Amino acid sequence: MRLEYFEMIDTVTLFDAAQQRIVCRATVPDASPVFEGHFPGHPLVPGVLLTETMAQASGYLVLGLNRLSQMPFLMAVDKARFRTFVEPGAVLVIEAALTVEGSGYAATKASITADGKPVCDAELRFRLMPFPAELGALMRQRTAAIGLVPEAVTS
Amino acid sequence: MSSTFETVAGIISETCDIPREKITPASHAIDDLGIDSLAFLDIAFAVDKAFGIKLPLEQWTQEVNEGKAPAEQYFVLENLCARIDGLVAAKTA
Repeated sequence: MRLEYFEMIDTVTLFDAAQQRIVCRATVPDASPVFEGHFPGHPLVPGVLLTETMAQASGYLVLGLNRLSQMPFLMAVDKARFRTFVEPGAVLVIEAALTVEGSGYAATKASITADGKPVCDAELRFRLMPFPAELGALMRQRTAAIGLVPEAVTS
Repeated sequence: MSSTFETVAGIISETCDIPREKITPASHAIDDLGIDSLAFLDIAFAVDKAFGIKLPLEQWTQEVNEGKAPAEQYFVLENLCARIDGLVAAKTA
């Protein structure tokens, strides 16, 4: 994870097109400017960044399923629950499953665990739009960097 | 159509915080009710779930943007409800 750059996902460990499911992994850095404010002397990953982490895993799932044909933008977060604290150095497992494939939108259920224990979960929705200029190439680069290569996936 | 309309009107009222009494079968979702495209996706999500269908929003939007269909055809609620009924019927046929 590079919190300051919003690079929340380190690797994709499973992409299952048939089950419309993804599992990712991310290690919280030991140090980050984020922890200087949240909170001084008591570093915790903010819930909003855990939400972003679930959103990115979901987003990569959608990108994998649509083979990077449309960009998912987060449009709704429902039923978000934060069940425990996440400290520097934690290893997170992020799972997301597609629940609805609509026309122009997609919905997922996502969760994060650490050491097998639930950290947080939420239902997320994304607006699907054509890639803005240059973002397509960037996302292609980023998905390859984390090990998600939709071209190689057979559904 | 009347029960479809009641369901859709309830969804719109709840999703967009519009008083239920302002929503009529003749209401234009965009022009009369001020629903924007993002809010309409919220409505589509709830409609898809309620009726077990997939509103072809992208196709409709494309047709309207390309001038192949008037927006009223899809976004006046009585017309929208008729299309929902058609999709439900097609699903169960």
